[in-house]
This record gives sequence, structure tokens and C-alpha cells, in this order.
Amino acid sequence: MAALKRYFRSPAAVLGLTLLVAVVALALSADLLFPRNPLGLAGRPLQWPLDNPRFWLGTDTAGRDIAAQIFHGARMSLLIGVVATSIAIVLGILVGAVSGYYGGVVDEVLMRVTDAFQTLPNFLLLLLLIAVFGSRIETVVIAIGVVSWPAPARLTRAEFLSLRNREFVEAGRLSGLGDLRLIFGEILPNALPPVIVYASVVMATSILLESALAFLNLSDPNVPSWGNLVGQGRSVLRTEWYVCAVPGLAILLTVLAVSLVGQGLNDALNPRLDEQ
Amino acid sequence: MSLRLAIDGLSVALPKSADRPLALDSVSLTLSSNEILCLVGESGSGKSTAGRAVMRLLPPSVRIAAGKILLDGQNLPDLPEAEMRTVRGARIGMIFQEPMTALNPLRTIGDQVGEVFRVHTTLTRAEIAERVQTLLTEVLIPDPVAAAKAYPHELSGGQRQRAMIAMALALEPAVLIADEPTTALDVTTQAQILKLIRDLQRRHGTAVLFITHDFGVVAEIADRVAVMQAGRIVEQGPAEEVLNRPQHPYTRSLIAAVPPLAPADRPRPDGAVQLTVQDLVKTYGRKGFFGTGRVTHAVRGVSLELRRGATLGIVGESGSGKSTLARCLARLIPADGGSLRLDGLDLRTLSGREWRRESRRMQMVFQDPFGSLNPRRRVGDLVAQGLTVRGLSRSAALEKARELFGLVGLDPQAITRFPHEFSGGQRQRIGLARALALEPEILIADEPVSALDVSVQAQVLDLLESLRQRLHLSVLFITHDLRVAAQVADDLIVMKSGEVVETGPAAQILADPQHPYTQALVAAVPGRHWMPPAVATPPEYAPL
Repeated sequence: MAALKRYFRSPAAVLGLTLLVAVVALALSADLLFPRNPLGLAGRPLQWPLDNPRFWLGTDTAGRDIAAQIFHGARMSLLIGVVATSIAIVLGILVGAVSGYYGGVVDEVLMRVTDAFQTLPNFLLLLLLIAVFGSRIETVVIAIGVVSWPAPARLTRAEFLSLRNREFVEAGRLSGLGDLRLIFGEILPNALPPVIVYASVVMATSILLESALAFLNLSDPNVPSWGNLVGQGRSVLRTEWYVCAVPGLAILLTVLAVSLVGQGLNDALNPRLDEQ
Repeated sequence: MSLRLAIDGLSVALPKSADRPLALDSVSLTLSSNEILCLVGESGSGKSTAGRAVMRLLPPSVRIAAGKILLDGQNLPDLPEAEMRTVRGARIGMIFQEPMTALNPLRTIGDQVGEVFRVHTTLTRAEIAERVQTLLTEVLIPDPVAAAKAYPHELSGGQRQRAMIAMALALEPAVLIADEPTTALDVTTQAQILKLIRDLQRRHGTAVLFITHDFGVVAEIADRVAVMQAGRIVEQGPAEEVLNRPQHPYTRSLIAAVPPLAPADRPRPDGAVQLTVQDLVKTYGRKGFFGTGRVTHAVRGVSLELRRGATLGIVGESGSGKSTLARCLARLIPADGGSLRLDGLDLRTLSGREWRRESRRMQMVFQDPFGSLNPRRRVGDLVAQGLTVRGLSRSAALEKARELFGLVGLDPQAITRFPHEFSGGQRQRIGLARALALEPEILIADEPVSALDVSVQAQVLDLLESLRQRLHLSVLFITHDLRVAAQVADDLIVMKSGEVVETGPAAQILADPQHPYTQALVAAVPGRHWMPPAVATPPEYAPL
């Protein structure tokens, strides 16, 4: 409760939450406001926003309604963000927890694997995975999750290293708790706050990674995503710039929202920063 | 003796969210040259706030609400910040509790001591270097030339504190504020530092405000004493007067709670040997790739016997290996060699599964009342979990937890609360309830009272003793405090650098120590010539 109160005391955090709620609202209302297939032909291509009252954000190069794609794209972006982040965080926590808790050889091996992932630029690794496994949206989401786990793994490991020799863990061990109960029941709940905060960073970068793939025409073209729309607009960037700018703005605001919420959570979950 | 510092009706206000409106409530003190005034109180009494208020080093949310702080007639709260900076260091020096955090780890000792001169004087570099040498020699740092070039981590705790004292005294301030300067140090080091402060104070005629929680230290060093309780001074007077004839009930209860150094008079238990440890070895670190790694021998060849129903005290300074020994006994860390037999059963060779079954018989109480309870679990669950993993139903385990809460003197209804809702002493009771939940035969207590205030410490020790008798426990009691050891232990083991240097009945070791190290330990107990007076009224404890 105290954490919630602290959260709402920061204007930036409240702004972030408002933006995020707005994006969720877009996603939820997409079917109501634009019941037709957003990728279907809607009218003459490249109409400027507000020129035609039917298309208040204009149409793209293929004559599809940009507003419909923005609304349906919000779903896609959120879905990508949430699913890829969950994959990355779950993988990261598992690797980090096992590594930090057991230490020794297990830690050594897992951390060298993590190093291998981290030394490759993750966008390159993502391109590689897409090239091998294809660019269906499910593959893209899983690939984004798979390239994003090393940082949460290191974070979890660091927390576990500092927590595993605390007296309350020793007390649990003396009570006869097994390793699994110690890891997930005793240590993990105490290690979680910084990882949750970091999840917001992973979510923001996941959305950006998908957009970047789409910009290179490497994401799934059969789903209405903001990235695809930006990719579409690339060819007409100098004349009909709004095709890129509108979804670009949407991406910017969503990533900003997620980051602000993460920052707010960080301040709310770290009461020690509360003193001033 | 001339008046240096006069604090007159000083009140310091805390922010609204604090547990009381005033940290200091109309505090009046005087401090003259060539005297040591000890400001004594328990945690939260406001004694450190008083020292910081004089230096104007209070946190931004805490402010001086009323009163005067007169240094040689000049009211410090009125001074502009720039002028206050010329007071700090030059006219009032300060020593802090933790010499490691008070020194910058990236700069040499000589550089940091010399900084005082660079800021406050126009001396040349050569002159400063020379002054630094004189100072380091005066605080008796071994090899002052090398010490000036050393970084803080290269010196021991005692040497760092000496460097801090050199820094505080560099400009010969008329007033020195020492805030618990020996609390983080071992007893033998503490004795040396106290002697150093006393000698320097005599030589320079400094007025010293010495803040402490330890009546032993007060007896060792004080000329006058002021006792603080909840932001007020409840009693002040000459040390001899306050220590031996305390007037205020609070002072009396504090002094009554100081354990006397003489062992408690009680029959020696004559049970059979229950736990036998032979040649236990634990080594940390490992050989490097080329066989050059750093290795620490934490425990080297320790043997001991614990009789049923007896309390065995293990005493030693930090780094003596006593905590490592405790953790080896409880199998929290694996020992590297030796044997460990509980009623003939060799515990070291048990498999993990077998040990989890046997671990019930040996339970542990930990030092840190804050770190030993998982902050995210309800205290009832913490006490009950050892029972539930052994197959008891949750409701039966919680019922047992309620019973145990009653046993350790806590409200049984409190089991649904979280650890942060309890005070330090109450948390130690919860830790005790958790250890007792599995009905152990042996209780290992690792410094269970060293983080507690003296009055709370006395309550927890009393509780431990009554539980030991009622439940027929054998206790391994680890402590650095010989006063506490004298109270609880039948037999003592003295450890130094991982080895046992002396062992025997507590009364004999305290009265007639044989090993030079034990002799040094006993001689270093602060205030050992002072016998706390028997107080007619029973000590009054804060309600739990």
C-alpha cells in the first residue's frame, strides 16, 4: 500500500501510467471502432490526414486506413512487449537464480553462456534467428525474448549472490527447507523488485526491436503492427512523411510510457530513496 | 577548566512521519576544557543527534527548533554556512563510529589527514607532510611513514580509527565530539583507542563529548555523565556519582541491566557428553591456477565437548572463527576435516536427506534481528515452516506457532504480522520461537544479543536462561562480550585465529586466565574495575 502511495506521488510515473492506459484502451477498442480487417483495401492510397473525413489519419501506400492499423497495431505491440518480456524475464530468473544460488561450476558454465549471448549485439542475433526460423509473428516474439534474457539473468544472479548467505536463508535451511523452497519461497521474493523494474526496460526494447525488424521488412507482414507501417512509409518518407510519423509517434509514446512506469516502480519499490 | 561548549535548551524537530515530534527536547549541557563528558543512552535516545546538531550536520528534514549552542560564547545555529565550515575541523573535531566508511577508500591516509591543513591553513606541501607524520606518530600508528602512504583498506580497524583521530585533532580543536568511536572495534582494540583518546585529551586539554551506549566504556573514560532517554537528559553528574549512586529510575534500570563480569552462581551441570567435535577444520579460498591463491584457515583443528543441559560459551574477537565454527556445526557450511558426533551419530557423513531429518535436533538463533527474518513472510509462517515441511498441517503448525509466541513472551495473536512491525528485541524472540519450533536438543546462539540495547539484552538473556531450564536445552553460546559470556556460560572456549587457546570453567577462566591472549581479553573488558551497584528497585522494562 505504501509503495502504491509513493508511486502516485511522482507526476512522471502518473503520466506514464496514463499513457499506458491510453495504449491499452486503443488496443481494446480496436474491434469496436474498426471492425473491418485493418490490412484490407479501404480507399485511395496516400490520402493526407484530415483530407477525407473517413480516414482521419490518412491512408498508406497500399490504400489501407492508418487509424485502423494504429488501433490494431497497439494490440500487436502490447502483445509483443508482454510475451517477449515474459519469456526473457522467466528465462533470466531461472538462469540467474540457479547460477547465483548454487555458485561454483554451475555458475561458471551458465555465466559463460550468458557472456556468449551478451557479447553478440542482440539485434544481430535477432536477425540471425529470424533468418533461420522465418518471420512468423510467433517466431519473432520468441526470438526477441530469447535475445533479451541475459541482462535479467545477471541482475537476478547478483541479487541471489547477496541474499543467499543472509541469516534468514540459513534459518530456512536449518528448518529443513529444500533448495527449491529456498530459491522460490525465501530468496526470489526478496530479489524480485529490481527484476520487475528491469522488465519495463525489456518491454520497451522488445517493442523497439520488433519495429526495427519491421522497418527492415523482416517482421511478419500479415499482422497489423506499427513497425510494419513505418516500414511501408519508408519509400515515401520525403513526400508523404505522415505514413512513418504517425506510427513512429505511437511507438515513441508507448516506449516512453513503459519506461516512465518502470522508473516510477523503481522509486516506489525502493523506499530508501524516499527520504528526501 | 574553562567553559567551552554550552548547549542551552536545545530542541530538534523531526519530520512529521517520525515516531516522535522532537529528537531532542530542551537539552542543556555544558562542556569545559580538559574534561570528558559521556552522553549515554539507548538507540533512538537522540544522543547522536545531539552531536550532529552541534556540528550542524543534521539531515535536511531535521531542524533545530529552539535553544542555543554556544561555542566560546558564539551561537552556532546563527552562523552562516561559510563561517560554520571554519568551525568544523578547526574548532570542533569529530570522530565517527565506522572508520571504514568515514575514510575515502580511493585516497591515501596521509592525503586525507593532510587535507585538513590544505583547507584550513596556508602551509606548504612539505610542512603538511611533516605535520601529518607528527600526528600519525602521536596517535601511535605503527610505522607512520608507511601508514601515510597506505589506503584505508590496507590498515586494520583500529589503525583506521587512529587515523581518524589524527585527522580530528590535526588543528588542535578545543572541542572533540566522539560518536561511538569504539563500537565497531574489538575489545582489545577498543581498550587501546580509549586509552589513546584519554591520553591525547589530557595532553592537549581538549573538551571531549563522548557519545556511547556502553556503561563499561563510561566507567573507563568519563569525568562526567549525562544520561539521555527519548530526547531528554534525565540525569547528569560526576561519573563516580552516576555510576555508583544513580538517582533516576531510568539510569538505575540501565545500570542494573549491565551484566557483571563475575560468573553467575549456579550448580555445574553434570549431564553426559552430547556433542563431541574433534579436530574440525574449515578453510576458505582455493588454490589459484598456479597454486598461488589466498587461503584463509577459518577454523583449524577445533575440538570441544558439550554436556547435556550445559551452556558452552565460545568467545573470541572478530575473525577468530567462532561464527564459522557455529555454521560448520549446524552444517550450514561443510567442514573440511574432523568429526562431529551428536550422541554418537557422525553428522558430517550424513547425506543431505538424512541431515534434513536430523537438523531438527540442532537449531540456531542468529545475530542480526533484522536480517534473520524474511521481510516478505508473516512471522507465524516463519515459525511454522519447519513444521510444515516435516508434514504437519498448516493449521496445526500455526497453532504451535501461537503457543511458541506465548512461550517467548509475545502476543500469540501477532503471528499474522510482518517482521518490520516488531522491535529488535521482539524479533530476537521470534527467532528464538522459530528455533524452538522443532523442539531441538541443542541450541546454537550466534551473538544473539550483540545487536540489542542493554536493557533488551538483559530480557533476552533471562528468557534464554528460563527456556534452557524448562526445555532441558544444551546451548552453544557464541559471543564477543565477556560480560555476557560470564552470565550465561558454564564452560568457556576462547578462540583466536581459528584455534582454541584456552578452555575451562567460566569462573576459572575469568578469574585466572592462563593464556596471554585470554589475559589480554579479560584486561580489555571496559569498566572491569567497576562493579555495577546492586539496585534496590527491580529494573523497569519497556512493555513489549
